[in-house]
Amino acid sequence: MTTSTGDRTTEAVQRELMGFLSEHTRTTWAPDTDLFAQGGVSSLFAMQLLVHIESTYGISITGDDLNLDNFRTVQRMTALVERLRGEGSDG
Amino acid sequence: MTQEEHRLAVLGAGTMGVGIATLAIGYGVPVVLVDIDADRRAEAPDKVRQQLRMAQLMGGLRRDAQAGGLTVTDSLDAVAEATVVVESITERPEWKAKLMAEVTAVLPAGTPVLTNTSGIPVDELAGAAVRPEDVLGAHFMNPPYLIRAIEVVRGPRTAQASLDTALGLLTRLEREPVVVGDGPGFVINRVLQRMINEASRIVQDGIADPAAVDALFTGCLGHRTGPLATGDLIGLDNVVDSLQVLLDRTGDEGYRPSELLVDKVRAGDLGRKTGRGFHDYQGAQR
Repeated sequence: MTTSTGDRTTEAVQRELMGFLSEHTRTTWAPDTDLFAQGGVSSLFAMQLLVHIESTYGISITGDDLNLDNFRTVQRMTALVERLRGEGSDG
Repeated sequence: MTQEEHRLAVLGAGTMGVGIATLAIGYGVPVVLVDIDADRRAEAPDKVRQQLRMAQLMGGLRRDAQAGGLTVTDSLDAVAEATVVVESITERPEWKAKLMAEVTAVLPAGTPVLTNTSGIPVDELAGAAVRPEDVLGAHFMNPPYLIRAIEVVRGPRTAQASLDTALGLLTRLEREPVVVGDGPGFVINRVLQRMINEASRIVQDGIADPAAVDALFTGCLGHRTGPLATGDLIGLDNVVDSLQVLLDRTGDEGYRPSELLVDKVRAGDLGRKTGRGFHDYQGAQR
Protein backbone atom coordinates (compact mmCIF):
# COMPACT_ATOMS: atom_id res chain seq x y z
CA MET A 1 0.00 0.00 0.00
CA THR A 2 1.21 3.47 -0.72
CA THR A 3 0.58 6.14 1.83
CA SER A 4 1.07 9.80 1.21
CA THR A 5 2.16 12.46 3.65
CA GLY A 6 2.74 15.80 2.06
CA ASP A 7 3.98 15.87 -1.52
CA ARG A 8 5.99 12.62 -1.56
CA THR A 9 4.81 9.07 -1.26
CA THR A 10 6.45 6.38 0.84
CA GLU A 11 7.62 4.68 -2.33
CA ALA A 12 9.21 7.86 -3.59
CA VAL A 13 11.08 8.35 -0.30
CA GLN A 14 12.27 4.77 -0.42
CA ARG A 15 13.40 5.12 -4.02
CA GLU A 16 15.23 8.35 -3.31
CA LEU A 17 17.03 6.89 -0.29
CA MET A 18 18.08 3.82 -2.25
CA GLY A 19 19.39 6.09 -4.99
CA PHE A 20 21.41 8.13 -2.48
CA LEU A 21 22.84 4.94 -0.97
CA SER A 22 23.80 3.33 -4.25
CA GLU A 23 25.41 6.56 -5.46
CA HIS A 24 27.50 6.96 -2.32
CA THR A 25 28.40 3.34 -1.62
CA ARG A 26 28.54 2.00 -5.19
CA THR A 27 26.34 -0.87 -4.01
CA THR A 28 22.67 -1.62 -4.44
CA TRP A 29 20.82 -2.20 -1.18
CA ALA A 30 17.53 -4.01 -0.61
CA PRO A 31 15.01 -2.01 1.50
CA ASP A 32 15.36 -4.41 4.42
CA THR A 33 19.13 -4.97 4.39
CA ASP A 34 21.00 -3.88 7.54
CA LEU A 35 23.44 -1.29 6.22
CA PHE A 36 25.63 -1.43 9.31
CA ALA A 37 26.00 -5.19 9.55
CA GLN A 38 29.39 -6.75 8.84
CA GLY A 39 30.82 -5.44 5.60
CA GLY A 40 28.25 -2.67 5.31
CA VAL A 41 28.73 1.08 5.54
CA SER A 42 30.86 2.83 8.18
CA SER A 43 29.41 4.57 11.19
CA LEU A 44 30.71 7.87 9.82
CA PHE A 45 28.43 7.39 6.83
CA ALA A 46 25.45 7.25 9.21
CA MET A 47 25.97 10.93 9.95
CA GLN A 48 25.98 11.74 6.23
CA LEU A 49 22.74 9.84 5.85
CA LEU A 50 21.22 11.78 8.71
CA VAL A 51 22.22 15.14 7.26
CA HIS A 52 20.99 14.11 3.82
CA ILE A 53 17.60 13.03 5.18
CA GLU A 54 17.16 16.23 7.18
CA SER A 55 18.00 18.51 4.28
CA THR A 56 16.07 16.54 1.65
CA TYR A 57 12.84 16.18 3.64
CA GLY A 58 12.97 19.35 5.70
CA ILE A 59 12.85 17.53 9.02
CA SER A 60 14.91 17.73 12.17
CA ILE A 61 16.04 14.50 13.83
CA THR A 62 16.67 15.02 17.54
CA GLY A 63 16.44 13.42 20.99
CA ASP A 64 15.53 9.74 21.11
CA ASP A 65 15.27 9.62 17.30
CA LEU A 66 19.05 10.10 17.13
CA ASN A 67 19.46 6.36 17.25
CA LEU A 68 21.38 4.23 14.79
CA ASP A 69 18.51 1.72 14.77
CA ASN A 70 16.44 4.29 12.87
CA PHE A 71 19.01 4.22 10.05
CA ARG A 72 19.71 0.50 9.79
CA THR A 73 17.56 -0.15 6.74
CA VAL A 74 15.93 1.90 4.01
CA GLN A 75 12.57 0.79 5.40
CA ARG A 76 13.33 2.17 8.85
CA MET A 77 14.64 5.45 7.45
CA THR A 78 11.53 5.79 5.33
CA ALA A 79 9.34 5.15 8.37
CA LEU A 80 11.25 7.82 10.31
CA VAL A 81 10.83 10.34 7.50
CA GLU A 82 7.11 9.59 7.26
CA ARG A 83 6.61 9.89 10.99
CA LEU A 84 8.53 13.16 11.40
CA ARG A 85 6.89 14.69 8.34
CA GLY A 86 3.53 13.67 9.76
CA GLU A 87 4.37 15.26 13.11
CA GLY A 88 5.48 18.41 11.32
CA SER A 89 2.25 18.74 9.34
CA ASP A 90 0.15 18.08 12.46
CA GLY A 91 1.76 20.93 14.35
CA MET B 1 27.95 17.25 45.77
CA THR B 2 29.30 13.76 45.29
CA GLN B 3 31.64 14.45 42.41
CA GLU B 4 34.27 17.08 41.96
CA GLU B 5 33.11 19.69 39.48
CA HIS B 6 35.42 19.80 36.51
CA ARG B 7 36.07 22.54 34.00
CA LEU B 8 38.12 21.50 31.00
CA ALA B 9 40.32 23.65 28.79
CA VAL B 10 41.26 22.26 25.37
CA LEU B 11 44.13 23.87 23.46
CA GLY B 12 43.77 23.46 19.71
CA ALA B 13 40.46 23.25 17.82
CA GLY B 14 41.57 20.70 15.21
CA THR B 15 39.92 17.31 14.71
CA MET B 16 41.07 15.91 18.05
CA GLY B 17 40.53 19.11 20.04
CA VAL B 18 36.95 19.41 18.82
CA GLY B 19 36.36 15.71 19.51
CA ILE B 20 37.72 15.97 23.07
CA ALA B 21 35.62 19.11 23.69
CA THR B 22 32.56 17.25 22.39
CA LEU B 23 33.16 14.34 24.77
CA ALA B 24 33.39 16.65 27.81
CA ILE B 25 30.41 18.80 26.82
CA GLY B 26 28.37 15.66 26.20
CA TYR B 27 29.02 14.64 29.79
CA GLY B 28 28.06 18.05 31.17
CA VAL B 29 31.58 19.36 31.74
CA PRO B 30 32.00 22.98 30.61
CA VAL B 31 34.82 23.54 28.11
CA VAL B 32 37.03 26.46 27.13
CA LEU B 33 38.41 25.78 23.64
CA VAL B 34 41.44 27.84 22.66
CA ASP B 35 42.84 28.31 19.16
CA ILE B 36 44.87 31.06 17.55
CA ASP B 37 43.22 30.49 14.15
CA ALA B 38 40.12 32.68 13.66
CA ASP B 39 38.55 30.33 11.08
CA ARG B 40 38.87 27.35 13.36
CA ARG B 41 37.35 29.33 16.23
CA ALA B 42 34.43 30.38 14.04
CA GLU B 43 33.77 26.79 12.90
CA ALA B 44 34.20 25.16 16.31
CA PRO B 45 30.67 25.60 17.79
CA ASP B 46 29.03 24.09 14.70
CA LYS B 47 31.50 21.22 14.62
CA VAL B 48 30.87 20.48 18.29
CA ARG B 49 27.10 20.54 17.68
CA GLN B 50 27.45 18.14 14.77
CA GLN B 51 29.70 15.81 16.73
CA LEU B 52 27.36 15.82 19.72
CA ARG B 53 24.66 14.55 17.37
CA MET B 54 27.07 11.99 15.92
CA ALA B 55 27.95 10.84 19.45
CA GLN B 56 24.28 10.46 20.32
CA LEU B 57 23.51 8.70 17.07
CA MET B 58 26.24 6.15 17.75
CA GLY B 59 25.26 5.69 21.38
CA GLY B 60 28.42 7.38 22.66
CA LEU B 61 26.56 9.62 25.09
CA ARG B 62 23.79 9.18 27.58
CA ARG B 63 20.51 10.47 26.22
CA ASP B 64 19.61 12.23 29.45
CA ALA B 65 22.95 14.05 29.76
CA GLN B 66 22.82 17.79 30.22
CA ALA B 67 25.35 19.36 27.86
CA GLY B 68 28.12 21.53 29.32
CA GLY B 69 28.79 25.02 27.98
CA LEU B 70 31.36 25.84 25.30
CA THR B 71 33.52 28.97 25.30
CA VAL B 72 35.78 29.54 22.29
CA THR B 73 38.64 32.00 22.60
CA ASP B 74 42.14 32.87 21.42
CA SER B 75 43.32 33.82 24.89
CA LEU B 76 45.31 31.48 27.11
CA ASP B 77 44.25 33.59 30.11
CA ALA B 78 40.83 31.93 29.84
CA VAL B 79 42.25 28.56 30.91
CA ALA B 80 43.27 29.69 34.40
CA GLU B 81 39.96 28.49 35.91
CA ALA B 82 40.21 25.02 34.38
CA THR B 83 40.63 21.95 36.60
CA VAL B 84 42.30 20.04 33.76
CA VAL B 85 43.93 21.23 30.51
CA VAL B 86 44.33 19.08 27.39
CA GLU B 87 46.87 20.19 24.80
CA SER B 88 45.92 19.03 21.31
CA ILE B 89 47.76 21.26 18.86
CA THR B 90 49.70 20.20 15.74
CA GLU B 91 52.30 17.49 16.35
CA ARG B 92 55.36 19.78 16.21
CA PRO B 93 57.66 19.29 19.23
CA GLU B 94 58.80 22.94 19.25
CA TRP B 95 55.23 24.31 19.11
CA LYS B 96 54.07 21.98 21.85
CA ALA B 97 57.04 22.84 24.06
CA LYS B 98 56.42 26.58 23.65
CA LEU B 99 52.75 26.14 24.52
CA MET B 100 53.62 24.02 27.59
CA ALA B 101 55.74 26.90 28.91
CA GLU B 102 53.02 29.47 28.23
CA VAL B 103 50.06 27.54 29.61
CA THR B 104 51.73 26.34 32.80
CA ALA B 105 52.69 29.96 33.48
CA VAL B 106 49.03 31.00 33.76
CA LEU B 107 47.80 27.92 35.65
CA PRO B 108 47.83 27.45 39.41
CA ALA B 109 50.16 24.70 40.69
CA GLY B 110 48.53 21.28 40.67
CA THR B 111 46.38 21.77 37.55
CA PRO B 112 47.27 18.85 35.30
CA VAL B 113 48.17 19.54 31.68
CA LEU B 114 47.56 16.50 29.48
CA THR B 115 49.33 16.37 26.15
CA ASN B 116 47.50 14.50 23.42
CA THR B 117 50.76 13.95 21.52
CA SER B 118 50.88 10.73 19.58
CA GLY B 119 54.52 10.08 20.29
CA ILE B 120 56.64 12.86 21.78
CA PRO B 121 57.83 11.68 25.22
CA VAL B 122 55.91 13.38 28.02
CA ASP B 123 59.11 14.22 29.87
CA GLU B 124 60.48 16.09 26.86
CA LEU B 125 57.42 18.39 26.91
CA ALA B 126 57.40 18.53 30.71
CA GLY B 127 60.91 19.95 30.50
CA ALA B 128 59.46 23.09 28.91
CA ALA B 129 56.76 23.52 31.57
CA VAL B 130 57.01 25.79 34.61
CA ARG B 131 56.08 22.74 36.74
CA PRO B 132 57.05 19.45 35.04
CA GLU B 133 55.19 17.53 37.76
CA ASP B 134 51.83 18.76 36.39
CA VAL B 135 52.41 17.34 32.89
CA LEU B 136 51.25 13.92 31.68
CA GLY B 137 50.01 12.30 28.48
CA ALA B 138 46.46 11.36 27.46
CA HIS B 139 46.36 9.71 24.07
CA PHE B 140 42.74 10.09 22.95
CA MET B 141 41.70 8.05 19.93
CA ASN B 142 39.48 9.46 17.19
CA PRO B 143 36.61 10.00 17.81
CA PRO B 144 37.15 10.36 21.58
CA TYR B 145 33.45 10.01 22.43
CA LEU B 146 33.16 6.58 20.81
CA ILE B 147 36.36 4.98 22.10
CA ARG B 148 36.31 4.41 25.83
CA ALA B 149 39.83 3.15 26.43
CA ILE B 150 42.55 5.76 26.66
CA GLU B 151 46.32 5.46 26.97
CA VAL B 152 47.41 7.67 29.88
CA VAL B 153 51.13 8.34 30.10
CA ARG B 154 52.83 9.04 33.39
CA GLY B 155 56.16 10.80 32.89
CA PRO B 156 59.06 10.24 35.28
CA ARG B 157 58.36 13.63 36.88
CA THR B 158 54.53 13.48 36.88
CA ALA B 159 53.12 14.00 40.40
CA GLN B 160 50.64 11.46 41.79
CA ALA B 161 48.19 14.28 42.61
CA SER B 162 48.16 15.50 38.99
CA LEU B 163 47.68 11.96 37.71
CA ASP B 164 44.81 11.45 40.19
CA THR B 165 43.05 14.65 39.11
CA ALA B 166 43.37 13.68 35.44
CA LEU B 167 42.07 10.16 36.12
CA GLY B 168 39.19 11.70 38.07
CA LEU B 169 38.10 13.70 35.02
CA LEU B 170 38.50 10.73 32.66
CA THR B 171 36.39 8.59 34.99
CA ARG B 172 33.79 11.35 35.15
CA LEU B 173 33.72 11.15 31.32
CA GLU B 174 33.25 7.36 31.59
CA ARG B 175 36.56 6.63 29.89
CA GLU B 176 38.67 3.60 30.76
CA PRO B 177 42.22 4.85 31.35
CA VAL B 178 45.20 2.51 30.97
CA VAL B 179 48.22 4.09 32.67
CA VAL B 180 51.60 3.36 31.08
CA GLY B 181 55.15 4.68 31.37
CA ASP B 182 56.89 7.26 29.19
CA GLY B 183 58.89 6.74 26.00
CA PRO B 184 58.72 7.66 22.29
CA GLY B 185 55.35 6.52 20.93
CA PHE B 186 54.34 5.15 24.37
CA VAL B 187 52.70 1.75 23.75
CA ILE B 188 50.25 2.18 20.89
CA ASN B 189 52.22 4.23 18.43
CA ARG B 190 55.55 2.54 19.13
CA VAL B 191 53.93 -0.59 17.68
CA LEU B 192 51.24 0.80 15.36
CA GLN B 193 53.34 3.31 13.40
CA ARG B 194 55.98 0.71 12.80
CA MET B 195 53.36 -1.75 11.63
CA ILE B 196 51.98 0.77 9.13
CA ASN B 197 55.51 1.52 7.94
CA GLU B 198 56.37 -2.15 7.52
CA ALA B 199 53.07 -2.85 5.71
CA SER B 200 53.90 0.03 3.38
CA ARG B 201 57.34 -1.49 2.69
CA ILE B 202 55.67 -4.81 1.85
CA VAL B 203 53.60 -3.01 -0.81
CA GLN B 204 56.68 -1.09 -1.98
CA ASP B 205 58.63 -4.35 -2.39
CA GLY B 206 55.81 -5.86 -4.47
CA ILE B 207 55.16 -8.67 -1.99
CA ALA B 208 51.45 -7.88 -1.65
CA ASP B 209 49.05 -5.13 -2.67
CA PRO B 210 47.28 -2.98 -0.02
CA ALA B 211 44.04 -4.98 -0.24
CA ALA B 212 45.90 -8.24 0.36
CA VAL B 213 47.88 -6.87 3.32
CA ASP B 214 44.76 -5.55 5.02
CA ALA B 215 42.72 -8.68 4.22
CA LEU B 216 45.23 -10.79 6.14
CA PHE B 217 45.02 -8.62 9.23
CA THR B 218 41.23 -8.44 9.23
CA GLY B 219 40.58 -12.00 8.09
CA CYS B 220 43.30 -13.93 9.91
CA LEU B 221 43.93 -11.81 12.98
CA GLY B 222 40.47 -10.35 13.50
CA HIS B 223 41.65 -6.72 13.38
CA ARG B 224 38.78 -4.35 12.64
CA THR B 225 40.89 -2.56 10.00
CA GLY B 226 44.20 -3.56 8.43
CA PRO B 227 47.36 -1.47 8.96
CA LEU B 228 47.13 0.40 5.66
CA ALA B 229 43.44 1.28 6.04
CA THR B 230 44.35 2.43 9.56
CA GLY B 231 47.09 4.64 8.13
CA ASP B 232 44.60 6.08 5.64
CA LEU B 233 42.23 6.85 8.51
CA ILE B 234 44.93 8.54 10.63
CA GLY B 235 46.23 10.49 7.62
CA LEU B 236 49.49 9.49 5.94
CA ASP B 237 51.02 12.92 6.62
CA ASN B 238 50.44 12.35 10.33
CA VAL B 239 51.91 8.86 10.04
CA VAL B 240 55.09 10.25 8.45
CA ASP B 241 55.33 12.96 11.14
CA SER B 242 54.93 10.38 13.91
CA LEU B 243 57.48 8.05 12.34
CA GLN B 244 59.93 10.94 12.15
CA VAL B 245 59.39 11.72 15.85
CA LEU B 246 60.06 8.06 16.65
CA LEU B 247 63.12 7.84 14.37
CA ASP B 248 64.64 11.03 15.77
CA ARG B 249 64.23 9.83 19.36
CA THR B 250 65.16 6.15 19.01
CA GLY B 251 67.62 6.10 16.10
CA ASP B 252 65.84 2.88 15.09
CA GLU B 253 65.87 2.66 11.27
CA GLY B 254 62.66 0.62 11.35
CA TYR B 255 60.89 3.91 11.96
CA ARG B 256 62.36 5.67 8.91
CA PRO B 257 59.28 6.48 6.77
CA SER B 258 59.17 4.19 3.72
CA GLU B 259 59.73 5.73 0.31
CA LEU B 260 56.18 4.80 -0.67
CA LEU B 261 54.74 6.66 2.32
CA VAL B 262 56.83 9.73 1.59
CA ASP B 263 55.85 9.60 -2.11
CA LYS B 264 52.16 9.43 -1.24
CA VAL B 265 52.40 12.40 1.08
CA ARG B 266 54.31 14.36 -1.56
CA ALA B 267 51.59 13.52 -4.11
CA GLY B 268 48.88 14.70 -1.72
CA ASP B 269 47.38 11.22 -1.31
CA LEU B 270 46.94 11.49 2.43
CA GLY B 271 44.22 8.87 2.96
CA ARG B 272 40.52 9.21 3.64
CA LYS B 273 40.65 12.98 4.08
CA THR B 274 41.85 13.49 0.49
CA GLY B 275 39.90 10.57 -1.02
CA ARG B 276 42.96 8.43 -1.69
CA GLY B 277 45.86 6.89 0.22
CA PHE B 278 46.74 3.21 0.06
CA HIS B 279 43.10 2.66 -0.81
CA ASP B 280 40.76 4.68 -3.02
CA TYR B 281 37.83 6.38 -1.28
CA GLN B 282 36.64 8.65 -4.05
CA GLY B 283 32.93 8.23 -4.58
CA ALA B 284 32.67 5.31 -2.20
CA GLN B 285 31.97 6.81 1.20
CA ARG B 286 31.79 3.62 3.15
